[in-house]
Amino acid sequence: MSANNNSDLHQVSNRLAYNAMRNWKERLIEAVLLAAAAVSVLTTLGIVYVLVSESVSFFASVSIVDFLTDTQWTPLFDDAHFGIMVLISGTLVSSGIALLVAIPMGTIIAIYLSEFADSRVREAAKPILELLGGIPTIVFGYFALLVVTPILQVILPGLPGFSLLSAGLVMGIMIVPYVASLSEDAMRAVPMSMREGAYAMGSTKLYTAVHVVVPAAISGLAASYILGISRAVGETMILAVAAGMQPNLTWNPMEPAATITSFIVQVALGDLPHGSIGYQTIFAAGLTLLLITLVFNILGQWLRAKYREVY
Amino acid sequence: MKPLTNEQIRAVIAKGKFRDNVFKATGIFCLALALLVIVALIADMVIKGADRFTIDFFMNFASRRAKDAGILSAWVGSLLVMLVTALAAVPLGVAAGLYLEEYAKRNWITNVIEINITNLAAVPSIVYGLLALGIFVYQFGLGQSILSAGLTLALLILPIIIVSTREAIRAIPAMIREGSMAVGATRWQTCRYHIVPYAMPGILTGVIIGLARAIGETAPIITIGALTFIAFLPPAPFMGEPAAGLFDWVMAPFTVMPIQIFNWTSRPDPAFEVNAAAAGFVLMAMVLSMNAVAIYLRYKMRKKIKW
Repeated sequence: MSANNNSDLHQVSNRLAYNAMRNWKERLIEAVLLAAAAVSVLTTLGIVYVLVSESVSFFASVSIVDFLTDTQWTPLFDDAHFGIMVLISGTLVSSGIALLVAIPMGTIIAIYLSEFADSRVREAAKPILELLGGIPTIVFGYFALLVVTPILQVILPGLPGFSLLSAGLVMGIMIVPYVASLSEDAMRAVPMSMREGAYAMGSTKLYTAVHVVVPAAISGLAASYILGISRAVGETMILAVAAGMQPNLTWNPMEPAATITSFIVQVALGDLPHGSIGYQTIFAAGLTLLLITLVFNILGQWLRAKYREVY
Repeated sequence: MKPLTNEQIRAVIAKGKFRDNVFKATGIFCLALALLVIVALIADMVIKGADRFTIDFFMNFASRRAKDAGILSAWVGSLLVMLVTALAAVPLGVAAGLYLEEYAKRNWITNVIEINITNLAAVPSIVYGLLALGIFVYQFGLGQSILSAGLTLALLILPIIIVSTREAIRAIPAMIREGSMAVGATRWQTCRYHIVPYAMPGILTGVIIGLARAIGETAPIITIGALTFIAFLPPAPFMGEPAAGLFDWVMAPFTVMPIQIFNWTSRPDPAFEVNAAAAGFVLMAMVLSMNAVAIYLRYKMRKKIKW
């Protein structure tokens, strides 16, 4: 600062101008960041817009009653039938098998890691589970078709080369890490004092885990199961590779069948003209898939709210 | 009630301990099964694909003869798609995470964005493929190009990057912000010079995990209609028709590793199984090494940072 008054004044006014610039720049940056955050909302709107608009054209030529009740799915034949139940049955059977593997295995691993294992085992197990969860699904598909199916055919001689069973089993293994790590987080969040209370009354570790920790963490467990269901219903490549892609209304896991997702893949592999009824079917199928996962997510949120325990 | 004798009490305790041990064994068995699957998967692919791990396999295009087929167009395609994905998803994801942690006021807009991000993470990946088919491929007219695929995968991994950015930022104590603001920094300067640099390892971990997920993703890319048989490379910068300078390759048709594996796996000729195994191993190696780097980063971070 010099003694010269004039130059002082000059500096002050300059700084005010600079400050105004700075505020303006701050506002601009905030707007840009908000726009980035809004991309996720745009994504959702885009998904809903695409699925609904194409489905509306689809349902202009196919009645919803036929869509829900027809027992054949032959959208690309001359004699076209659009019975989505055919695809839903494949999806439900394969997801059911996957969950029969993933939920017990995931829960047992979670209880073991959270209640029994010492910290060294836990430190080693977490990366293993993470690696398992990181394996690309196409590699799991390869594994299901070329490794698991031949092994299963030795045990079950009648099993065909493509089956919901082998795809479902491998899908179950794929989902284990999701269920295990979320369930473990939920159980580790249960306060130590509750376990100590149970031990003080003479409970064993297993009794404490099953009768104290699991009930206390049930909302977190439910959330992890719901995530597992979402994964199973939306899984695509394992089914496209190992379950065959023939539409087949069946509840028998020993048969090959198409699912909602593998049908979309099958159509996309071909060369369907934009705007044809075949092109629109995959959006109607996609909308069905999204609604199924949405139902499970709402159910999950409701379960979590209902059984939420606060300590 | 008659009091229990010592023997009876001992029997009860022994029974409880026995059950504990049975459960412990079951837990270890389940973990071992998970490990076994990983080992079996890798071993199978290494053994089956062993004699395909040659330079030729990496430098040849797909072919009708299994022996001559290679993964050149697939790995180049995967790398280029990942480049587009990273360029789109990282700035968007970090900016969104920064906004939600440092700028957002508690109002309904913030709530909508947060609920939306949680729900997007549960949307099946194939639905993103349908979104891209409708919007990128047809509405925007981007076609079945590397750009479409990269943007699709960017949207898919955006929630992963946003969540890890937020977690990393949340771990930075408030005193860092207060210190910065006390010396006159604006909010953006605080973010730019303090928050983002300190959150960098966490953000990087999220980015790597996101990209590892994206590189193995098959369904959305098949859905936008990527070709399965490509016997040429995308044009190098400044070599393309129509010319787009440095980015000539973004509009080119392409294939990626997972699609190549899918193509080989679904052929009836068992000779292609060998190729699928070898390519599967290469893809696994890419994904697992990316995951390993992320796990290592997180481990190092946890050890190093003490506020």
